[in-house]
Amino acid sequence: MAPHDGHDHDHAHGHGEQHGQPHPHRPIQEDLSYRTESAVRARALKELLIEKGIITADEVRRQIEIVDARGPHMGARVVARAWCDPEYKKRLLTTPNAACAELGIDLGETHLFVVENTATVHNMIVCTLCSCYPKTLLGIPPDWYKSFAYRSRAVREPRTVLAEFGTSLPDDVEVRVHDSTADLRYLVLPRRPEGTEGWSEERLAAIISRDSMIGATLVRPDA
Amino acid sequence: MTRGHHDLGGRPAGSVPREEHVLSPWEKEVDAIRNLLGDKKRRLMTSDELRLGIESLSEAEYNTLAYYDRWIESILTTMERKGVLTRDEFARKVAAVQTRPEHLKEGA
Amino acid sequence: MSVTFAIPAEAAVLRVGQEVHVLPEAPPMSVGKPHIRTPFYIRGKTGVVAVAVGSFRNPETLALGGDGLPTQPLYRVRFMQRDIWPDYSGRPDDSIDIEIYQHWLVSAA
Repeated sequence: MAPHDGHDHDHAHGHGEQHGQPHPHRPIQEDLSYRTESAVRARALKELLIEKGIITADEVRRQIEIVDARGPHMGARVVARAWCDPEYKKRLLTTPNAACAELGIDLGETHLFVVENTATVHNMIVCTLCSCYPKTLLGIPPDWYKSFAYRSRAVREPRTVLAEFGTSLPDDVEVRVHDSTADLRYLVLPRRPEGTEGWSEERLAAIISRDSMIGATLVRPDA
Repeated sequence: MTRGHHDLGGRPAGSVPREEHVLSPWEKEVDAIRNLLGDKKRRLMTSDELRLGIESLSEAEYNTLAYYDRWIESILTTMERKGVLTRDEFARKVAAVQTRPEHLKEGA
Repeated sequence: MSVTFAIPAEAAVLRVGQEVHVLPEAPPMSVGKPHIRTPFYIRGKTGVVAVAVGSFRNPETLALGGDGLPTQPLYRVRFMQRDIWPDYSGRPDDSIDIEIYQHWLVSAA
């Protein structure tokens, strides 16, 4: 973010410094939302649960660290390994939780289910009822995945939605939408793009995008 | 049987919004609180209870509240039902937080 | 494809490849202010069991603070888009896979 972006939180941030006093708490984050009514309610909820002895501030902090450490980079490692090792790919498709554990990824109570894109089938994930997502593998879902528009349209006009993501498929490819309604959480195993022969797993993982593991996009070698 | 207002599959809708935002501290805290309430140590709230609480919001609330605001409402409903807290206690705590200097609302 | 989960599926009565109807209304064992995992758009439709996933605690009672027992067998059922949306404009073999619990399904045979 630019140092002087004109938003009033810069002014608020500078207030304590003006008086030259050490800040008693963490510096104010550079976002406007924390002062909204929502942030006040979240703070009240947290403090009330701490006072009741249900949770502690340390537990909240630790939990945030755990969630922050997760993300699409973990799924990308899994996909890259599957591209390079056919035996691993078989295990990923048949025993997905154990296959992730092989790479040190603990999915906890998530039941992962992996769907493989092929020359004839393209898979795409949605949760029409809420926002189910493999959070222990890919992190917090993107805003578009949680949006009413995606949840409404992905099941009825998947090809139009794919086109909005810039994803065009050959005419002979079937689109298979997976509505994540219950206990499974889905990972799309994208197709390995041409032009990546001989690449290392690390190099491959770097081009495997989050959205390709949801099935909204394809993996491109120039990503 | 009527259709819940959360049950969106197939409804007409506009283009998918592609703007993304980095989660704010309060959003991460709500996410963390929900995870803790459902963890093995506590088992105070399942994801099913979270979802029922969200689905029980009025249609207007469901359509206008932010994602994690819906979570706060559902957590409150569930915790009150289980006798952990009351909405009155929560309202008093909100009022108390609001009276603090701005910077004290951040970071506990 | 076989997928191995820790939860046994001994109560499963439907087989992979079997044609099934989704109930149009909530079955009698659905309770209270319903928390239902069968989307509106798929109720009353006909599909084919693609995967018998295993048995899971019933979300309809878990949502009410219950124990979710007895567990319910869960299936991934495949539907053809053209059978769901009369005006579907994509390819005729485009499909949707949905997880549906056994108490929402009846054999079409």
